[in-house]
Amino acid sequence: MSQRRIVYPYIPNSVPEIKAQMLKEVGARDIMDLYAEIPDELILKRRMDLPEPILDEYSLKRHLEEILDRNRNCDDHLNFLGAGCAQHHVPAVCDEISSRGEFVTAYVGEPYADHGKWQALFEYASLMGELLDMDVLSCPLYDGPSAAATSLRMASRTTGRNEVLVPGSASPDLMAVVRNYLGGIGEPQVSIRTIDFDPGSGLLDLDQLRSAISSNTAAVLIENPGYLGNIETRAEEIGEIARNAGAEFVVYTDPISLGVLAPPVHYGGTFACGDFQPLGMHIQCGGGQGGFIATHDDMRYVAEFKDLMFGITETVKEGEWGFGEVLFDRTSYGSREQGKEYTGTTTGLWAITAGVYLALMGPKGMEEIGRTILQKSQYAARQIGGIPGVRVASETPFFKEFVVNFDGTGKSVGEINAALLDRKIFGGKDISGEFPQLGQSALYCVTERITQDDIHTLVQALGECCS
Amino acid sequence: MGRDRETLLRKYHQARWDEEIICEMDVPGERGILVPEAEAGIQEAVGDGTSRIPENLRRKQPPALPEINQMRVNRHYMRLSQETLGTDVNIDISQGTCTMKYSPKIQEHVATRNPGMAEIHPLQDESTIQGILHVYYQFEQFLKEISGLDRFSFQPGGGAQGVFTNASMVRAYHASRGDHQRDEVITTMFSHPCDAATGATAGYKVVTLMPDDTGYPHVDAMKAAVSERTAGIFITNPEDTGLYNPQIKEFVDIAHGVGALCSYDQANANGLLGIARAKEAGFDLCHFNVHKTFSMPHACMGPAIGAVGVVDELKRYLPLPRVEFDGERYTLDYRGEPESIGRVRSFLGNAQGVLKAYAWVMQLGADGLREVAECSVLNNNYMLKKLSEVPGVVIQYSEEKRRLEQVRYSWGKLNRDTGVGTDDINRRIADYGIQHYWPSHHPWIVPEPFTLEPCESYSKDDIDEYVAVLRQISKEAYENPELVKSAPHNSAIHKVPAPSIDEPERIAVTWRQYVKKQAAKNSG
Repeated sequence: MSQRRIVYPYIPNSVPEIKAQMLKEVGARDIMDLYAEIPDELILKRRMDLPEPILDEYSLKRHLEEILDRNRNCDDHLNFLGAGCAQHHVPAVCDEISSRGEFVTAYVGEPYADHGKWQALFEYASLMGELLDMDVLSCPLYDGPSAAATSLRMASRTTGRNEVLVPGSASPDLMAVVRNYLGGIGEPQVSIRTIDFDPGSGLLDLDQLRSAISSNTAAVLIENPGYLGNIETRAEEIGEIARNAGAEFVVYTDPISLGVLAPPVHYGGTFACGDFQPLGMHIQCGGGQGGFIATHDDMRYVAEFKDLMFGITETVKEGEWGFGEVLFDRTSYGSREQGKEYTGTTTGLWAITAGVYLALMGPKGMEEIGRTILQKSQYAARQIGGIPGVRVASETPFFKEFVVNFDGTGKSVGEINAALLDRKIFGGKDISGEFPQLGQSALYCVTERITQDDIHTLVQALGECCS
Repeated sequence: MGRDRETLLRKYHQARWDEEIICEMDVPGERGILVPEAEAGIQEAVGDGTSRIPENLRRKQPPALPEINQMRVNRHYMRLSQETLGTDVNIDISQGTCTMKYSPKIQEHVATRNPGMAEIHPLQDESTIQGILHVYYQFEQFLKEISGLDRFSFQPGGGAQGVFTNASMVRAYHASRGDHQRDEVITTMFSHPCDAATGATAGYKVVTLMPDDTGYPHVDAMKAAVSERTAGIFITNPEDTGLYNPQIKEFVDIAHGVGALCSYDQANANGLLGIARAKEAGFDLCHFNVHKTFSMPHACMGPAIGAVGVVDELKRYLPLPRVEFDGERYTLDYRGEPESIGRVRSFLGNAQGVLKAYAWVMQLGADGLREVAECSVLNNNYMLKKLSEVPGVVIQYSEEKRRLEQVRYSWGKLNRDTGVGTDDINRRIADYGIQHYWPSHHPWIVPEPFTLEPCESYSKDDIDEYVAVLRQISKEAYENPELVKSAPHNSAIHKVPAPSIDEPERIAVTWRQYVKKQAAKNSG
């Protein structure tokens, strides 16, 4: 043994004496005796080729910081990127709770030692239920797109039909998830038919919807507010068309809008789904996403959820809350391939954090933040629309995001965003590739964090970049 | 030296706050936080903002969220956290198959506090996220070496979603060859439920091979199961028994012989790092649970990562975007090739988790990773020996064989002797400050099962203390079974008499649903 033996702080039994003692205890002479069941030809006979380790904590910290310093961030830049991952203010209490070691390191413990986790997740569902004005939610899903995909498969099961109608204006990334999730062998398990939208207003083509809907339609999906920011002003009518045909009406919504916008159920939605990242999660390069699905209290729906559901009940001690698993055999944990789709580890910590957020905000906070976002985004759109050559489609109301068209400037979004970047501004998402019919357009996101001064900074910079 | 951990029984009592449900805490008029208002200039220019919303799409009644002051909200959730037994506060050997290892704090702190991670947007220009793309690229290189496979994606948001991604790629592979007759996948009973369920979700019929006396299926069963209809096999090894199936290469060869692909569920990889790889066993695809094997915390069930790996031939099916490196700059390839399955999750997946896992591997290197594997297997065999001496414990299958990183034990004998079952013991264990153990995935093939995984994070003393608790509970079961059956006694709450809630009238997954059902019950 010429090499220095390292005792790893995270591996207590790497202390050579302890290791030797334990080996003796198990009757092994060499550690490889314990791998006797692995055939020799499958054993790796060489040291893995990995970088030499950075053993001490301080040097590792420096190393990580040097790497992260190569990123520019949305605190040192003015950020107008959103598209499903929006930079809202994260209340300090959300950070406090989401960094509690007990929550960060818990997993699948039962409702005694982990009572607090079960209660926090029950409260997430309860508070989201109030926001959505619906009674039933499961534990969270991976993100908004996975929630949309599962909503559509649930709809296929509740109706016994296998075609869904989706708007052409839907988020292409969301649709990529949905398309794969609804796919099948040869034929998709649930087929997808796209309904056109009007590029000017972003609204769904209702004539086409009426002619496409049939007795095979399981669901009509809309996004409200849409990926392109606009509010689907005829949502109620779309819901009627869907329900009159016996189809579910699935509404993908932004939960932070629901203090001012009606929740989907108020205009006929039978499924509400979306992503709760805006409710207290940092953007963290897309790592703060989390999905939700809500329905009415009807066993036809309840029995079709795929993820765990925590139900409130009582313990043997009178007046003491406890929790239990609801319809566990629904899930693939209970019934393997017989379960509904599949379940697994998703986004529990973010769901707890979303609950904290809603508890802090209360009804007034949600109403106020919705109004602030409406005002600031409308103001930004108006100011940006005043720049020569720049156009903002303004006849349709929108929430938080809106499409800015630069065709009149003779410049591409790519060129403009590069120039904005020089001024420490992240311009809106370039959607010219996703929606060629919209020309050189970008999707701008304005949250409550953006000040009037920030908007003026942007407008001045855009004026310079576009001229 | 402190107390003797082989006999130590802590005088533990969990916090019991008797905390209300948050919806019960409403005090009309209180505020938890104030939010920014639009400046006067903005209000002057655009008005109240809401009048542009069509009447029928405006919210008429505010949501019935509770109104609570900030300190009370914070106190409430602090109390709930104290009523949660994370790995940070207990010897979490309990949750076998979950690899409840220590998540180093330095990683957590950097990932959550550095704005270069917490405040970067996934759609920023590539030139402004070179740091995180470097981390993605490097961690991919690590996993390539650890598995022997050729390309990885970290987009899936959990282990099951990783396996679903692999099932999707298997489907895309056969579709791209015009091979639509393959409608079956094969798994084994001691492989994880997601190996069966994700294949079914992708549209496949699922064939499950049952174990024989050895604990894993016989090669003949595999031979009988495959056909030209087999699209792929999805298999865990070591299986949840902790037994490594030594004929795994034959299973893979048999599957390949009929044109099927082989996907390796490596959720149980902790004992294999630097020892044995997917490549040598012939697998085409694999997945790792980054939140298990690579130290990302479990976070009350996520966020997590299912890292999926494939051989070169399958890389065109991987989800998009892919991180590429030309020797100077990192880029995101959103186009890929037409055969890509597209996406399984938005953006780049849980990027903060990739950073944590990268940090972990960088701190350990090749020797450290091997030390992880060796100590996890050593710990497990040490614990197996100690537990085999506890009255009532049965080691199911191939008792003479070495196990890798976990064991599925049985209280079957204790149950026959005393009437006390694994669920009873599982409640009682919380009275000693230890997390409930993972009994088994369903169905319970092993009677009265419990699955333990003393991974490398736990010291010999920790294992001794854990065994002392089980020894004590076994003693209690033989001497005073009621004490165990009525547990827990020192937990945040008491026993729930009917924890399986299947009757519609009992189902209340939100407070409002509970209130409505109570009202209905009281009125009728």
